[in-house]
Amino acid sequence: MSILDSKIPEGPLADKWTNYKNKINLVNPANKRNIDVIVVGTGLAGGSAAATLAELGYNVKTFCYQDSPRRAHSIAAQGGINAAKNYQGDGDSDYRLFYDTVKGGDYRSREANVYRLAEVSGNIIDQCVAQGVPFAREYGGLLDNRSFGGVLVSRTFYAKGQTGQQLLLGAYSAMNRQINRGKIQAFNRHEMLDLVKIDGKARGIIARNLVTGEIERHSAHAVVLASGGYGNVFFLSTNAMGSNVMAAWRAHRRGAFFANPCYTQIHPTCIPVSGDHQSKLTLMSESLRNDGRIWVPKRKEDVEAIREGKLKPTQLSEEERDYYLERRYPAFGNLVPRDVASRAAKERCDAGFGVNKTGEAVYLDFASAIQRYGKEKALTSGIHNPSKEEITKMGEEVIESKYGNLFQMYEKIVDENPYKSPMMIYPAVHYTMGGLWVDYNLQTTIPGCYAAGEANFSDHGANRLGASALMQGLADGYFVLPYTIGDYLSQDIRTGKIPTDTPEFDQAEKEVKDRIEKLMAGSGEHSVDYYHKKLGKIMWNKCGMSRNEKELKEAIEEIAVLREDFWKNVKVPGTINSMNPELEKAGRVADFLELGELFAKDALNRNESCGGHFREESVEQSGEQKGEALRDDKNFKYVAAWEYKGEPKDAQLHKEDLVFENIELKTRSYK
Amino acid sequence: MNLTLKIWRQSDANSKGKLVDYKISGIEGDMSFLEMLDVLNEDLINKGEEPVVFDHDCREGICGACSLQINGEPHGPDRLITTCQLHMRKFNDGDTIYIEPFRAKAFPVVKDLMVDRSSFERIQQAGGYISVNTSGNTQDANAIPIRKEDADEAMDAATCIGCGACVAACKNASAMLFTSAKVSQFALLPQGQVEATERVLAMVNQMDEEGFGNCTNTGACEIECPKGISLENIARMNREYLKASMKG
Repeated sequence: MSILDSKIPEGPLADKWTNYKNKINLVNPANKRNIDVIVVGTGLAGGSAAATLAELGYNVKTFCYQDSPRRAHSIAAQGGINAAKNYQGDGDSDYRLFYDTVKGGDYRSREANVYRLAEVSGNIIDQCVAQGVPFAREYGGLLDNRSFGGVLVSRTFYAKGQTGQQLLLGAYSAMNRQINRGKIQAFNRHEMLDLVKIDGKARGIIARNLVTGEIERHSAHAVVLASGGYGNVFFLSTNAMGSNVMAAWRAHRRGAFFANPCYTQIHPTCIPVSGDHQSKLTLMSESLRNDGRIWVPKRKEDVEAIREGKLKPTQLSEEERDYYLERRYPAFGNLVPRDVASRAAKERCDAGFGVNKTGEAVYLDFASAIQRYGKEKALTSGIHNPSKEEITKMGEEVIESKYGNLFQMYEKIVDENPYKSPMMIYPAVHYTMGGLWVDYNLQTTIPGCYAAGEANFSDHGANRLGASALMQGLADGYFVLPYTIGDYLSQDIRTGKIPTDTPEFDQAEKEVKDRIEKLMAGSGEHSVDYYHKKLGKIMWNKCGMSRNEKELKEAIEEIAVLREDFWKNVKVPGTINSMNPELEKAGRVADFLELGELFAKDALNRNESCGGHFREESVEQSGEQKGEALRDDKNFKYVAAWEYKGEPKDAQLHKEDLVFENIELKTRSYK
Repeated sequence: MNLTLKIWRQSDANSKGKLVDYKISGIEGDMSFLEMLDVLNEDLINKGEEPVVFDHDCREGICGACSLQINGEPHGPDRLITTCQLHMRKFNDGDTIYIEPFRAKAFPVVKDLMVDRSSFERIQQAGGYISVNTSGNTQDANAIPIRKEDADEAMDAATCIGCGACVAACKNASAMLFTSAKVSQFALLPQGQVEATERVLAMVNQMDEEGFGNCTNTGACEIECPKGISLENIARMNREYLKASMKG
């Protein structure tokens, strides 16, 4: 029997959340005023949780490393947010969203959590509209939808290519309202450096004021970690430069189990790497796959000619192109899920069909969409017999209205006009499905410590569907945590303020200070970035889109060696008691150097292919699915939750068996 | 390419700052401006000097963290982009580039090129929201139809990233474009009508308290805004303000 208790409520799937809410303990308004909650991270999950908890009456303190909550990396989400509204009448329902998410996650997520997510999804849209989020609308004034990968309905709501920005600004405005009321104290430019436990419960954090360097103690009755994902363990990713695993990892070191660290989403449509100076990668929204067609040339000689600049992609006829997603997956075509699209791109590039100098790029082509939209626009504008130029012009206008900001971003970065020549794209690290293990209440294995949004592991299994991250972040923050935390805090109405002058805070602060001293004491051989880039190379080459036993074992050893070298030889300039971005980075990279090893260990343990985790040893050998990922439900139908035991190599595995009562486990086919 | 950089160095808000010269070589056109600064910082760290501090995060033009006055222009010479999306191909071999922080009384320097924009936070806190509870008991989203044109225009105003380029571009260091973007977004939507009077008064009041200057319609903010926020928003805010003042 596992020590992990997922606390899934009894009853039929569709009634679980309602039954749960009817039975939980509540805290009366007068008592809420005596209870403090810390929220670390102010993205969609943290921002929405902070606003809602404050609105309920709790005293909330928020922490973010940015100079404003509005800059959390949720802001960069482009394409949209899913909700089972069925406004399009195309057969959508809570169950279908639930089903698509579990299937999309390759049957490695928890049914009850996912159903709850689907159930509250519609409410998110209502809430955001009430807040004044300017979603895209149709001419009749009602909300517009688009499609995303891995589904057959249109359930994605969007605000141009800036949906994350608009949703985050919505949550930020809700936060501002509470800041104005004095119910939220916002600690911006602050970083959580440790979690403080008293009698086994999370009771506060140690944070560093990034402007003054001061180490601060903050206490609370519960701590919510909404600190995002750990994609930056790869150095290059679509994450913001500052995105890091520190808050989650510090909690892990204090006893919170870390689940499925190897589940990483490699997003298929990003701008390819241009050189060694590259500091981050830029995503081109999945929404582009609604209209863009992905291809490489059929013939190697055309590939060569393109690489040498002797041939332009627009000169190749339809017959000379290999629309490989449409060829391999006729049912879903260009809208297969992200993991499938990424592996297919890698397969073509590894076979020598990559279209840029490095051989790591494929085309995303809008020419046929421009023609299709142009003809439609001409008709609706009453233009009969439009010329080719008129059609192209009108088509480009339609594309611009849909994806203008993305096209502009591409042009600025690559210096090529994507209206005239197809975009070049390649997969890049984008999102991490793994994270802190949480139960149905979103509580980690430390009582009083909760994890929300990308920081937890709960809803996306081994692969996240597009437009579902925003949905999950807001579901956790607006609609789930406010209930589940209340149930926990109902035990705390007589506790009173948690003092910070206790041995537990003394000890945690001392450990934090010692660690900072140690980072500053390195011999000064190499910069922090030197180590981060080295770690990233190991991760990308050996724990990336395709993994095998030999390389994973190598990765584990190499990371351990690199970590030792880092602690001896890292060079951190500046001082402790002032603004020092290199010191901030050093602390984050130190944690990545531990997480990276656990990541590889988890990937090695999971000798099956599922979702974004592809093991070369586990591939379909025959039949229609030949060459596709082969899941092993008999041996791996579980969540791998790792307990910290010192060095990452000593981490202890705990299994939460996943029970599927409402969905039949099948081979995930998008053919 | 080889470049000479003249960079503002200032150790904290209370110290005096100055421009310091740096020579840098091996810069490629495909590098972003911030990647060029990364190269400089790596050099400085290896030489045992303190790297240049600047704000940045998403590096894809949306978080609004990056700033920089480059050769006298917020976010540099290119239009409709932030500094992080500015690429070195916009410069030539041998160029001298001046890199300074955004300058305004309401944006004190934190260190080097990093400024404190918390004045923007307080403007938003004063009224940049619709007072609706996040209970999940709101009416169905499609119960409020909104003209597509209004929704689109509200969206255009809402794309403000809060970077502060408008303030840095303005000779009066006015925050009218920033403030009006939020006022406009809500003024254009039915959801924003209920609190329209209080909102515009509170936000404008806070803006004045923070020490931002007035608007004299030079339009520099609109030209330098990386998101193309239109001056029309300022006109709309003025109308809203007038309406509210008469009611109030």
